[in-house]
Amino acid sequence: MIPVDYYIVLSAILFTIGALGVLIRRNPLIIFMSIELMLNAANLAFVAFGRYYEITGQQSFYTGQIFVFFVIAVAAAEVAVGLALIVEIFKTKKNINIDEMNSLKG
Amino acid sequence: MHLSETVVGGFSFLAPWLVFAPLTGLLLNLVFGRRWSEKLIGTVASLASGAAFVVSVLLAYSVSINHGEVLRWRLAEWIHIGTLNLDWTFRIDSLSTTMMLVVSGVGTLIHIYAIGYMHEDVRFKHDEGRYARFFIFLNLFIMAMMVLVSGDSYLMLFVGWEGVGLCSFLLIGFWHEMDTLGRPSWANSDAGNKAFIVNRIGDFGFLIAVFLIFWNFNSLQFDEVFAGARSLSVINSPLTVAITLFLLLGVAGKSAQIPLYIWLPDAMAGPTPVSALIHAATMVTAGVYLVARSAPIYTTAPAAQYLVAMTGAVTALFAATIAVGQYDIKKVLAYSTISQLGFMVAAVGMGAYTAGMFHLITHAFFKALLFLSAGSVILGLERGHHYGEAHVHHGDKGRKKKKEVAHTQPVEVFDPGDMRNMGGLRKTMPVTFWLYIIGTLALAGIFPFAGFWSKDEILLDASLHFTGVYWLLSIAAFFTAFYMGRQIWLVFFGEPRHVAAVHAEESPKVMTLPLVVLALLSVAGGALNLPFEGFHDLGHWLAYTLGESESLPLDLTIAGVSTALALTAILISWLVYGRNPLKAGQVDPLKQPLGFVFTGMENKWFVDEGYFAVIIDPFRRLSQFVADVIDWRFWHDFVHDTVILGTYNWLSEVALDRYTDQRGIDAFANWLGTAAQWLSEKMRKLQNGFVRSYALAVMLGAVLILGYLIFK
Repeated sequence: MIPVDYYIVLSAILFTIGALGVLIRRNPLIIFMSIELMLNAANLAFVAFGRYYEITGQQSFYTGQIFVFFVIAVAAAEVAVGLALIVEIFKTKKNINIDEMNSLKG
Repeated sequence: MHLSETVVGGFSFLAPWLVFAPLTGLLLNLVFGRRWSEKLIGTVASLASGAAFVVSVLLAYSVSINHGEVLRWRLAEWIHIGTLNLDWTFRIDSLSTTMMLVVSGVGTLIHIYAIGYMHEDVRFKHDEGRYARFFIFLNLFIMAMMVLVSGDSYLMLFVGWEGVGLCSFLLIGFWHEMDTLGRPSWANSDAGNKAFIVNRIGDFGFLIAVFLIFWNFNSLQFDEVFAGARSLSVINSPLTVAITLFLLLGVAGKSAQIPLYIWLPDAMAGPTPVSALIHAATMVTAGVYLVARSAPIYTTAPAAQYLVAMTGAVTALFAATIAVGQYDIKKVLAYSTISQLGFMVAAVGMGAYTAGMFHLITHAFFKALLFLSAGSVILGLERGHHYGEAHVHHGDKGRKKKKEVAHTQPVEVFDPGDMRNMGGLRKTMPVTFWLYIIGTLALAGIFPFAGFWSKDEILLDASLHFTGVYWLLSIAAFFTAFYMGRQIWLVFFGEPRHVAAVHAEESPKVMTLPLVVLALLSVAGGALNLPFEGFHDLGHWLAYTLGESESLPLDLTIAGVSTALALTAILISWLVYGRNPLKAGQVDPLKQPLGFVFTGMENKWFVDEGYFAVIIDPFRRLSQFVADVIDWRFWHDFVHDTVILGTYNWLSEVALDRYTDQRGIDAFANWLGTAAQWLSEKMRKLQNGFVRSYALAVMLGAVLILGYLIFK
């Protein structure tokens, strides 16, 4: 069986890639994808720990796995709202460069 | 005698009625006085006073069947604090019953007289509603006087003492909104105030004496105090001298002695029955009673006794000289009263208590008679004046007369008490004339009238012990006869000097009948204490209380000298005033030969002015100084306005407002605002609008928190 450490390391790598993607990229679609990557890194960690605790007998009832479903549902809703916003922004500004959306600047 | 064995204490259970009988009359008139007729009001008041007289007679009888034993009737508990035990106890002994008889007896006669007198007085003064009030006050006075004479302790005596002072004040100011002539003024009210204030000085002395007595004898009850005084072995100890001299101050206030006599002449502002009852017969003798009552203390202080005797003698002479120069019929009698009180005070001061009390009784008779007769004269003149107003000036046509009657304030100010307006009244007022003659002879001390016996007893005592007092009193007696003679000639003889005197009318029977009784007493009063072996009744009676005093036989030299002096004085008065009667508008025939001496007597030796110059004006200046400089300029302007207000202003403006509020609290609040502004100025830079930089911040924050949680 693959030790849980591997999954955690993979999850961390995925999360870091996602975080960097959010910070670096200017295209909101890419940023959304990066966010999905971070969410899935978290999901991976949930599932890995859930399985791990189940095997070691410390916890049961698929708690980690159930959380993943929640995360996926919330992510879907979030993407729906986010994509709608991007469409509206594009309609008004003819542009979706994220650096130009700074009208709330103090 | 078997009665005394069966009825121990006799009628002493009736003693409270001395006070409650007048109280009942007072309350009845207070409640029903508005609805009752004048006759009923007067009858109720007189009956109340008469009931007190009956009780007094029964009490005197009880004392006599108990052989002079002191009877007590304890009515109520009053003050019990520490060693001070005071009850409302009636003390019934020969001295107090004597006073009760005089007060209620003479008082009742004056009540009856007042029924007639006030009936007219309220009409002349145009206020008939005040009739009941007069009798309420009169009954209140009898009540207070009974408390005074029946008290068994110095404090109970003081309660009565203040009570009669209050009644005196109320009755002097009875017509408080006018002067004696009925003109709008505060003169009568001022006279009442003067009496009250001068008496305060005397009462101060009395109170100090009472405090000293309690301090040293630990009691205020008469017998206990006297026992304490008798146990003092030293004669003239500073303690008893102090007590007796402070008591003398009280006596000088109430009994109108030098230096506090000045209120009594002004007290004539009261209606005449008041002058007779309070300011001649009863209240003013309270001081004499006090000295007689305190005899055991005075006996231990001969120095004080000497001072009391001298005060009385000097007052007797001094007041007698003033009486010579007065024109007001009541003022003459007022100074005469002061003078006669001087006789009594001198007598009790010398230790001749029987003589003093004897003169007190006879004086009550003949001075009440004189005052009431003077009241009759005044009213007679007032009637004559109104008759004259209606018939002489405008009597020709009815139309004019009607107008004049409606005129309440006569144009001419007529003084019905001024002897210069009188003259020839013996024809128009014959009854009053004869009564006045009897009173005058009794006062002048002519044999066999009451005044002869009592005055002679005082003179005899004085001649034996105090020669100086004897001479002063003898000269005073001479003046007494002179001013009374002058008064008779001026009032009743000669021709009328005013239209009012022409039309004067005699007073009704309700006024003259009490006077007849008083006249009989003035004639026969001497029988109380005839200076012959086997008589001396009053002396033996009072000896029950005061101890056996010497009963002197009649000394023909002394009696002869005083009678000769009195007759000479009357003769001189006839030469001056009787032979050539005064004409209208003529100045007093004594004014020319006596010059400034007469001016002095006329103006009361300027004593009032002297008091003004020595005490009242400096006092006013002192008050002015205290008010203007100390209070206004120093206290108000400096302390309040400058110091307190300045400090407060500085405190509020500078310390609190400028430094604490503006530069402290305000500055801090402003700094908070500025700081918040500055901080937000800096912080708005962070809000740069770039989503990615926010995301970086969130990321870094999360990293920091995680790092902290992991590495803490």
